[in-house]
Amino acid sequence: MASQLLHAGFSAGLTFLLGASVLGVELRSQGVNTIVAVEGPMTWLWLGVAVVIVFFHQLFRPRIEALRRRTWGGSRFSLPPLLRNHAQRRLMIALVIGALLLFPFLAERSAIDLATLTLIYVMLGLGLNVVVGLAGLLDLGYVGFYAVGAYTYALLNNYFGFSFWEALPLAGIVTALFGYLLGFPVLRLRGDYLAIVTLGFGEIIRILLNNWTELTGGPNGISRIPKPTLFNLEFSRRADEGNIPFHEFFGIPYDPSYKVMYLYILALLLSLATVYVIYRLMRMPIGRAWEALREDDIACRSLGLNPTGIKLSAFTIGASFAGFAGAFFAARQGFISPESFTFIESAIVLAIVVLGGMGSQLGVILAAIAMTLLPEIAREFNEYRMLLFGLIMVMMMVWRPQGLLPLKRPQMELKRG
Amino acid sequence: MAESELLSVRGLSMRFGGLLAVDQVSMEVRLGEVVSLIGPNGAGKTTVFNCISGFYRPTSGEVLFKGRPMQRLPGFKIARAGMVRTFQNVRLFKEMTVIENLLVAQHMQAERNLLKGLLLTKGYRRREQEVMERAAHWLERVGLIDFANREAGNLAYGQQRRLEIARCMVTQPRLLMLDEPAAGLNPNETRDLNQMIVRLKQEEGITVLLIEHDMSLVMDISDRIYVVNQGKPLADGTPEQIQRNPEVIKAYLGEE
Repeated sequence: MASQLLHAGFSAGLTFLLGASVLGVELRSQGVNTIVAVEGPMTWLWLGVAVVIVFFHQLFRPRIEALRRRTWGGSRFSLPPLLRNHAQRRLMIALVIGALLLFPFLAERSAIDLATLTLIYVMLGLGLNVVVGLAGLLDLGYVGFYAVGAYTYALLNNYFGFSFWEALPLAGIVTALFGYLLGFPVLRLRGDYLAIVTLGFGEIIRILLNNWTELTGGPNGISRIPKPTLFNLEFSRRADEGNIPFHEFFGIPYDPSYKVMYLYILALLLSLATVYVIYRLMRMPIGRAWEALREDDIACRSLGLNPTGIKLSAFTIGASFAGFAGAFFAARQGFISPESFTFIESAIVLAIVVLGGMGSQLGVILAAIAMTLLPEIAREFNEYRMLLFGLIMVMMMVWRPQGLLPLKRPQMELKRG
Repeated sequence: MAESELLSVRGLSMRFGGLLAVDQVSMEVRLGEVVSLIGPNGAGKTTVFNCISGFYRPTSGEVLFKGRPMQRLPGFKIARAGMVRTFQNVRLFKEMTVIENLLVAQHMQAERNLLKGLLLTKGYRRREQEVMERAAHWLERVGLIDFANREAGNLAYGQQRRLEIARCMVTQPRLLMLDEPAAGLNPNETRDLNQMIVRLKQEEGITVLLIEHDMSLVMDISDRIYVVNQGKPLADGTPEQIQRNPEVIKAYLGEE
């Protein structure tokens, strides 16, 4: 108890010192005297409240924690049991997808727009999760593949008039090819070295796009990239030659929000496809090999698994998802320039993967939502926004280093009759 | 070369900088034999293992497996040829479950076509079923079936050792190379291991190359023994011959 008291006293003292400086308590010299200056009497009150709270919290912390453990059980963020049952889980997934499909018809235009952006990050997060979370390869240049996907569509459209639907699979293939070519020389590196080289690749792609002015338009970017169409029906007020606008075809008045809703639904379908494909991959031999490789590549080799080939497959498949996301991004924005593909994008996507819990799909989806919504919600904090963001990241790493929802084992279960 | 020779190592040397860790070691392993490689600590036994299994590239010498040269191949290709090893300190995929460890090991037997897997074709499901059944069969044999869905890292040490052997066996190897499988086991577990190796030999016709310090185990199950000391071959023969060899006794007990 004595040590507890000492600890609590120390914490309270520390709170007092920190709180005083944060709340603007200053020492000023007035003539020969030094006085303590505060803004108002309320400052002392708040400071006192803070000190008392910290003191008692630290004093009774073991008991508070024991109580909390008893009320909430061991882990706090684990899946509710209702999701464990197969049929119930299916129903739950169907309900969630239904709600997500209904969402654009109920929400405001700006909310739909934000949701579309979130879904792009979901796709990117899930794709990078294959590389980082499952295969354990730290890739800091993921945005490079995103850029390749975006520019594949933009350039194919610009020079050869490809539509979004024609370019989408090509964007995936071209990006996968880039992943393969870039991965080939670097995948014998590991850990930090791999991170540095991939960081370099991301930058090389951006700088190449910036300086190859004849092809990519350089820093001016590429504009007038057409939006996706619905079986050749366009969502603009007036369609290009030979095409019919959506509203004329159905004989309804023109409304610009149709386009926003259509983009959202497309992003949702692409994300769902990504979730499904990666869900399957994780349960296939290749997914098992990725995880095994992350844990012990020497053991993998001793069992006849080729580490280079398996890493390369993770890199290539992960990259292709960035390609799809990039092509969609280009179509949504209508304008892309190298500025959209800076390192900070890679960092955000990586943060989504780490925050979500490496390897866990649901975790990554939740983290992607948090990472895109948080800056919007915290808009009123203005310049303190990034500070708040950083604080949340630090707290996450302290309290929940394994991420929001870490990967749940087992993927494969032995069922005995 | 005789028909029955499975593995033949000739004049194997491995140099690390100025240190000649393995010097002109030769050995033969015939089909269905249990052959042990023994020697005092630091004699170069594990280095020989690493050279044979492709984790090191030997400085000189030949490794022939089923008559084919192996010494230039990477480790995973040697494993695919049918030579599978365990490690001195167990190397399981600790965060994966027991059954998953055995599924990963069967990577080469599984259906790896991505499209078939994504579409869950009939052929894919059948192959996955086979892989799962073989894994379950081996778990049963090493007595770990009740732990199938546990994390491998949470098993007791002796169980981890058994799982590592099962993980080798699901790859359907010709030669099983065990690097100190009894290290850290208690006498009961060592006896179980002894029986297991004998059973594998009798029932599966597996050939075993063994590094081991536990002399009672070595003398009990080995058909032949090779002794190395300070990287050099010292003696070889049946357990009785080795036990009576004055050179070997000197190497183990020191000079009078």
